[in-house]
Parts: sequence; C-alpha cells; structure tokens
Amino acid sequence: MEGMTILRGRVWKFGDNISTDHIIPGRYYHLRSNLPELAKHVMEDADPEFPKKVKPGDFIVAGKNFGMGSSREHAAIVIKLANVSAVIAKSFARIFFRNAINNGLPVIIADTDKIDDGDELEVDLEKGVIRNLTKNIEIKIQPLPKVMLDILKEGGIVEYIKKYSRLPVTE
Amino acid sequence: MATMAEKIFSWKLGRDVEPGEFVVAPVDISYFQDGTGPLGIRRFNEFSDKVADPRKVHFFIDHASPSPRKELSNDHRFIREFARRMGTYLHEYGEGISHQIMVEEFAKPGDIIVGADSHTCTLGALAAFATGVGSTDAAIAMSEGGLWFRIPESYRIEVSGELEKGVYSKDLILYIIGKLGADGATYKSAEFHGEAISKLSQEARFTISNMAIEMGAKVGLIPTDDETFRYLKSIRGDQEFLNVVPDEDASYEKTFYFDAKNIPPGVAAPHNVDNWKPIDEVAGTPINQVYIGTCTNGRIEDFRIAAQILKGRKKHRDVTLIIAPASKRVYIQAVTEGLIKIFIEAGGVVLPPGCGPCVGIHAGVPADNEVVLSTQNRNFKGRMGNPSAEIYLASPATAAASALKGVITDPREYL
Ligand code: SF4
Repeated sequence: MEGMTILRGRVWKFGDNISTDHIIPGRYYHLRSNLPELAKHVMEDADPEFPKKVKPGDFIVAGKNFGMGSSREHAAIVIKLANVSAVIAKSFARIFFRNAINNGLPVIIADTDKIDDGDELEVDLEKGVIRNLTKNIEIKIQPLPKVMLDILKEGGIVEYIKKYSRLPVTE
Repeated sequence: MATMAEKIFSWKLGRDVEPGEFVVAPVDISYFQDGTGPLGIRRFNEFSDKVADPRKVHFFIDHASPSPRKELSNDHRFIREFARRMGTYLHEYGEGISHQIMVEEFAKPGDIIVGADSHTCTLGALAAFATGVGSTDAAIAMSEGGLWFRIPESYRIEVSGELEKGVYSKDLILYIIGKLGADGATYKSAEFHGEAISKLSQEARFTISNMAIEMGAKVGLIPTDDETFRYLKSIRGDQEFLNVVPDEDASYEKTFYFDAKNIPPGVAAPHNVDNWKPIDEVAGTPINQVYIGTCTNGRIEDFRIAAQILKGRKKHRDVTLIIAPASKRVYIQAVTEGLIKIFIEAGGVVLPPGCGPCVGIHAGVPADNEVVLSTQNRNFKGRMGNPSAEIYLASPATAAASALKGVITDPREYL
C-alpha cells in the first residue's frame, strides 16, 4: 500500500445492491482467462459509459450491499485493472469484500449520502477520513480489522503469503 | 452455549471460540467450478506447488457444460490437466452441479467446506459449515489445507407451523428474503429452526440453505435430525454421521419469527431477489420462457412436483420450457420414474445435468425484453445473458403451472 495512503480522484456514484453481474456480466464468462479483455466491460450493466470513461484514480462510490451475488473474484480484479483507487460504500457483500482485500483493492465503508457523481475526493486511509473537496466536508471511514489491513498493506493475500510463508492470522 | 457455527469451529480447533474472533481452521473440502477454477489454479501456481491433500479438493465442470465456445474449452482443458496432475477429484460434463454432487456424495455434518462458488452455502442443510469464497481463498485452502475465518455472529430464523398445499420451501425462503432484505443477514450465520423446517424433506431443505447467500449470509445452517440421516444413508449407505445441533442456551444476535401458514406461493420479481410478491399480485403476467432446474430446484423432488402438473398436458405455444437435472443421479432417477418422458411430451427441452441457462453462458439466453420465470436463485439484471430480459423466481410448481398457461400462474389451480 506504499504511496497508496492518500488517494485522490473523481467519483462515479451508484446506488444500492450493485451485484457482481452488474460489475462483470455472466455473458463475458468466456473472457475470464483473458483479464485485460474482460476488464473492458467493467461495470457495464450498471453504467455502459463507465468502462469507456473511467480514469485511473477514480472512485466507485455506492450505497449498501456493494458486490452482492456471485463469488467471482473477477469482479474485484476488473475494478482493480481499471485502476479505480478504491470502492467506497455503506456496506459490502461478504465475498466481494474479502476478494477485494485479497487482491489489494481498497474497500472503504463509510456513509456515502454526501458524495455525489463527479465529486472530487481525497481519501486518507491512515487517518481514516474522506475529504469531499467539491463539497468541502469530511466523512469518517469505518476502520478495517487488522488482518485485512495487513493483507492490503502487502498488496494482496498472494503477496502476503509469499512474503511471510503463512496465513495472516496468528493465534 | 454455542450456536451451530460456533460448535463446528470449537470442535475443529479443540477450544471454545467467540463470534468476531479471527482463526485459522482446517478445511475438510475445497472446491472450484469452471468459472472460478482457472483463476484459482493460476493463483495457486503463484505461491504453491503442492496440494495439501488431493482427496479433499474437487473441480467441477458444470457451468459451461459442455463448452459452447473455444475459450471455455481451453479453460476446461486447463482444469483437467491440473486436476489430473495433482490427483484431485474432477467432475466432468454431464455429472452435474458442484453443490448437488457435494450434498449427494461428499459433504458431512460438522465439516468446514469452502467452495469457489457463492452457493456453497447449500451444504449447510446438512449442517456443514460451508461457505462461498473467491478463487484465491479456495486456492489457499487447497494448498494449505486451511484458511482464515472470522467466526460469524448467528441469526436464528424460527419458522412455526406447516406450509399449506401448493406452497414449497422455495416460497418460504423467497418470503423470508423479502422480509429480511438482500443484505438482511450480511456476514451472519443464518440458522433455520422450527416445526416448518423440521417437517421439510432434506431435498426441500437444500433450497433454503442454497438461498441463504441471497440475504448476505455466510452460511445457512439447518440442524441434523432423523430426516438428515435418512437422506445421507439412502445415498451413502450405513455410515456414522455427527449430530450437529446448537446448545439449548446458545446466544443469537437476533431471532426472527415466521409462521408458515401465513406464507402463500410467491415470486421474486425483477431485478432483485428480495423483491418478493405474492402470487396474486403477479398472476397473469405474460412470460416467454420457463426454466426448471439449478442448484436451487433441480432435484428429483422438484421434478416430481413439476411432472405432476405437466403430466398429460402441453406447454403454452408461446413459451419455451427448459429443464435441467442438477446431477446425473437426479437425471437417472427422473428417467427411471418416467418424469423425463412427461417433460418431453409436454413440449419441454431437457438439457444435460449442470447449470443450464442460469448464468447466461449458453442454452436458453432470453431475447431482448423477454420475461423468464425460473426456479433458480438469482434474477439480477443480465443474469441469464441479456440485461434487457426480466427474470421472476419461483417454485417448480409455479414454474410448471405457468408454462402451461403462458402467464404467471398460481400452482394451486393444478393441485
Ligand atoms: S445452477 Fe446457477 S446458481 Fe447454481 S451453481 Fe450453477 S450458475 Fe450458480
């Protein structure tokens, strides 16, 4: 997560219950072994403009239950490949949340009511705060459990295991 | 003091566990399907070259089965080569859906199981702590024989009474999801209890646990009882199985009460599983396709219910009727009982055991703006391969009755 503690970018705002089928539709199933090609369809069923217009550093901001549905890890991967700096939502579906962390994609739980499409954000992961530069307000981030922060810091679970040769929980 | 989830982890770790605790626990089985397996194998190759125990690992080629295109054929070959090299189980075309084969042959009460497929929670109806994970987590379990978990808090869902005629476990779980919402049990262990649950056959119970994920739950557990053991012994012969029930004084974060007699046949209307509507409200809606099958409702009992309604009748002219058995065992049984003949004579198309049109990869993709009524578990936009299609979810009885009339139909008209 080096150089990642302060993230800055523009907001793409979505609603509640964005499913893994919105993020990467099942009809592109055959592209799953071709990730760069698959990534060209990221979020297509939520907003067909998104894959064409998303810029590196942009944020995906949503309501509750982001990533509900299937276990397809490809959903987290295509968002990462689009160089989205973080997904911010009121809540996340469990499997997506874990997949995102495992792939080093920051997932941030916060009240997103005061963030609108096109807003400019600065996210300070260390301090646990989102600064909405457009609206000139600060929003608090719900802190992540230590084990997840540890994985995120290494850039994902595979990197973590390679570095420490063990799973990220010690009893 | 312990809920089912806490009990299973306590047994495995040899000490008491608390909700909220992070643990590394041994995994009895890890499995992959053809959509998650290739990524899982690639991830595995990044950090490991040894499978902890190949007899605890399964690969299923069930989603795009047989393959509709060359990219997927290549993925299938990639899976086959890896499974053979490592000596894991490999379940081929025609054998059926991962979760169904797991409940028939492999999952046991008290096991900890992870599957790289969200409906792994189906196995919870056999009191296995079975949960869906991503490819990387399943790859870690395959390599290390264990995985890290957070012990979930438990919700108790208590259903009293008995379902009325024409109302099935699918109607019950759609109703519960409608009340709790698509994120109503996020992260929790959902435990199902009460007279209405214990009166259900084991097959009907799988439908309940299968859909626990649709309210966000990590697992959907049902305590073992005589019916669980009857089912297991009917398929696997005389073996000893663990009895997994919660302690009487187990503590639950929340308890929800439902009365089965208040629940009518229902559907989940487009585009969310928690968009529950009683059948009265949607009856008469024209439909273009009916699908009976999937890991939710592709079992022999589901086929018997559908066949009872379809027998000696013809589907409506404007409806496509597709049927796919959840496993080879279901298929053979359905052939033996003459159910497949009934489906074919009614105008249905029978696909090989597998996921069929559920996730929109092949066979049965709806046309633009078409309306589908399916016995599957998800109706998200684009789910069946066309984002402009609308999907209603219902029981096999409602599906069969609706196929006859060409509009959504209350199955009680035919019972
Ligand atoms: S039948 Fe549908 S829900 Fe079940 S495993 Fe297959 S694609 Fe997933």
